Amino acid sequence: MAPEPYLGPETHTPVRHHILSVLVENKAGVLARVAGLFARRGFNIYSLAVAPAELHERFSRITIVVDAESAPLEQIVGQLYKLVNVVNISDLSPSDAVERELLLATIPTNVDSRTGLLDVIGEANAAIVDVDAKHVTVMLAGTPKSCDEFEKSLESYDGVELHRTGRVALPRLGTPLPTYKD
Amino acid sequence: MQLTGAQALIKSLEQEGVEVIFGLPGGAILPVYDPIIDSSIRHVLVRHEQGAGHMAEGYALATGRPGVAMVTSGPGATNIVTPIANAHMDSTPLVIITGQVATAAIGTDAFQECDITGITMGITKHNFLVQSAQEIPRAVAAAFHLATTGRPGPVLIDVPKDITQTMMDWWYPTTIDELDLPGYRPTVALNMDAVAEAVALINAAERPVLYVGGGTLKSRAEKELLAFAERTKMPVVTTLMARGAFPDSHELHLGMPGMHGMYPAVTAIQKADLLISLGARFDDRVTGKVSTFAPNAKVIHVDIDRAEFNKVRSSQVLIQSNVADALRAIDDAGATPQNLEVWWKEIRTWQERYPLAYDEPLAEGPLRPQAVIEAILAASAPGTIVASGVGQHQMWASQYWKFEEPGTWVNSGGAGTMGFGVPAAIGAKVGRPERTVWCIDGDGCFQMTAQELVTARAEGIPIKVAILNNAYLGMVRQWQEMFYEERYSEVYLNADLPDYVLWAESMGCVGLRARTPEEMHEAIKKANEINDVPVVIDFRTDSSEKVFPMVAAGASNDDIMVHPSLRADV
Repeated sequence: MAPEPYLGPETHTPVRHHILSVLVENKAGVLARVAGLFARRGFNIYSLAVAPAELHERFSRITIVVDAESAPLEQIVGQLYKLVNVVNISDLSPSDAVERELLLATIPTNVDSRTGLLDVIGEANAAIVDVDAKHVTVMLAGTPKSCDEFEKSLESYDGVELHRTGRVALPRLGTPLPTYKD
Repeated sequence: MQLTGAQALIKSLEQEGVEVIFGLPGGAILPVYDPIIDSSIRHVLVRHEQGAGHMAEGYALATGRPGVAMVTSGPGATNIVTPIANAHMDSTPLVIITGQVATAAIGTDAFQECDITGITMGITKHNFLVQSAQEIPRAVAAAFHLATTGRPGPVLIDVPKDITQTMMDWWYPTTIDELDLPGYRPTVALNMDAVAEAVALINAAERPVLYVGGGTLKSRAEKELLAFAERTKMPVVTTLMARGAFPDSHELHLGMPGMHGMYPAVTAIQKADLLISLGARFDDRVTGKVSTFAPNAKVIHVDIDRAEFNKVRSSQVLIQSNVADALRAIDDAGATPQNLEVWWKEIRTWQERYPLAYDEPLAEGPLRPQAVIEAILAASAPGTIVASGVGQHQMWASQYWKFEEPGTWVNSGGAGTMGFGVPAAIGAKVGRPERTVWCIDGDGCFQMTAQELVTARAEGIPIKVAILNNAYLGMVRQWQEMFYEERYSEVYLNADLPDYVLWAESMGCVGLRARTPEEMHEAIKKANEINDVPVVIDFRTDSSEKVFPMVAAGASNDDIMVHPSLRADV
């Protein structure tokens, strides 16, 4: 799939989203420290994903999509910087980042609707990961935009159960990386 | 050497050079209290854990060294939350040790369990829940490193009871690398480009003001400040947190800015073309309405904490540094403003026209609170330390006392914690026993933490307390008089209930009372003659006295209200 510049989720009012890739110590309570900071300072989190980073058990990477309209990015980064467990912060503007997200959806289906649904799944490059007589569970790993589009294409189906991970991101290759801690 | 975790904890504090712990024992911290008996560290047994925290703050503010407090789990820990929040707001270095229930009991709602690391997450610089006895030395060393470097602040160490009873092999970190703080880099190299930009702004300035905040005291930059101000002849204002950073007697000093600041200090900022902010944070009590604050000024913002930059006021030059290093670099680069004669001429007219003012004292009383402070000052040796609570008396103390050196003003700034004064004065006296320590308190504040005078008497800490007893929660009363049509709601306290003299005596202190100027001088003289036990003086002051100047909350600093006696031909 060709990389496409991400211009904000179409299903939402356009906001000034920024992606902060935050390397933290993998210690108890670190996520609470980050989340608590955002809550008490009134910074909005659009999405958040966290997992061990770079094969080191010592560190985790938190990818936070922030609404830079709720507070100046400089403030958000400055306050995050003060958390002792935060090791490094990279600010990725959406156009300088490769972002991906995972979407899982279980869609009720029957003999009549199955063919149409398979077309929708095929068009989105989604994969079927589970199936029974009355349901199909599909997975889509893609850009936030492709996940938005796929989600929209499922709107005509009743009783869809859908879950998205929130995005993870890394800097686009060849992009100079603004790093706040080194 | 094999030690219990408890022994290792006390030995670690000894390694950090701790001379005193303020605390109160209880179940979960019990094992740690045993090795205290054999330690060289003094322990001051408080009567309420809040007292321990404020004493540690008073100690830190008076000495510049980190204050240490130790309490048990659950309510012991929650009782010290207010001092922790207070220290966090005022960037005071503290190390707080709390007992915790045994590791296996955590999360079971055990007796006296509470999640104190969770509770204090937002009001500490950092906190630790110690996971093993072997880790205790690292946690203590890291706590002191964090509390005292960069922007200082409180650090809490929560120690489960079983860990203090477990054996460990004694060791102590000798390098910063061993502290395991990969994300903590408190210092950055001085940006010389920013320094050059600052110099250019200063060279072009015709109406500069040195806006000195608490960070100047924290970085011990008073000598650099004095040298720079004297060479450049720039006017200086010191915020509530910076009183003592620049001598009040100095001709370049305009005093405190802000809501109850001196007219010349407030107005010089309003008319300035350049503010050089040195470890200040543009607090709302200084700026008033932000959009009208120093409207024509460019700003050079020096701060060790980058999160302060552009938080309230956007600045033209940002210098992330401690104040001492930044000032030295700016001074070395020869920054010199334009001829400031015109500027000073204007400032001198404000000083002449709008000095501090209060009504004539009455021979028969009640006392003018401002006159009480002036009388104590006149009868005090240079270097006397003043602590205060929060409210009218605090503002009068800041206005009327003359602070000449760092560490002589001990007060609660950002948090505005009533009851801070008495325990903070005790902590200051413990840290600097050779100094006289006065607590200038209000009757409302005194009632919140007065029981610590029992601690002061029992431990031989002879502070002096001046209660400016106006029978009211005076600052709230002032607002109700001025902004709520004199509808006084829940502010009356009664000057005779409690009887402060009897209360003081029952706590082993000397209790005195003064209703007239004559009695006032007599009581102060008597208090100064007593140096073995604490003294409490109940000064009966005028309930209707208000703090002036005043900028109403949310109003522009241009609308500063001076004392009525100065308003005639405004």
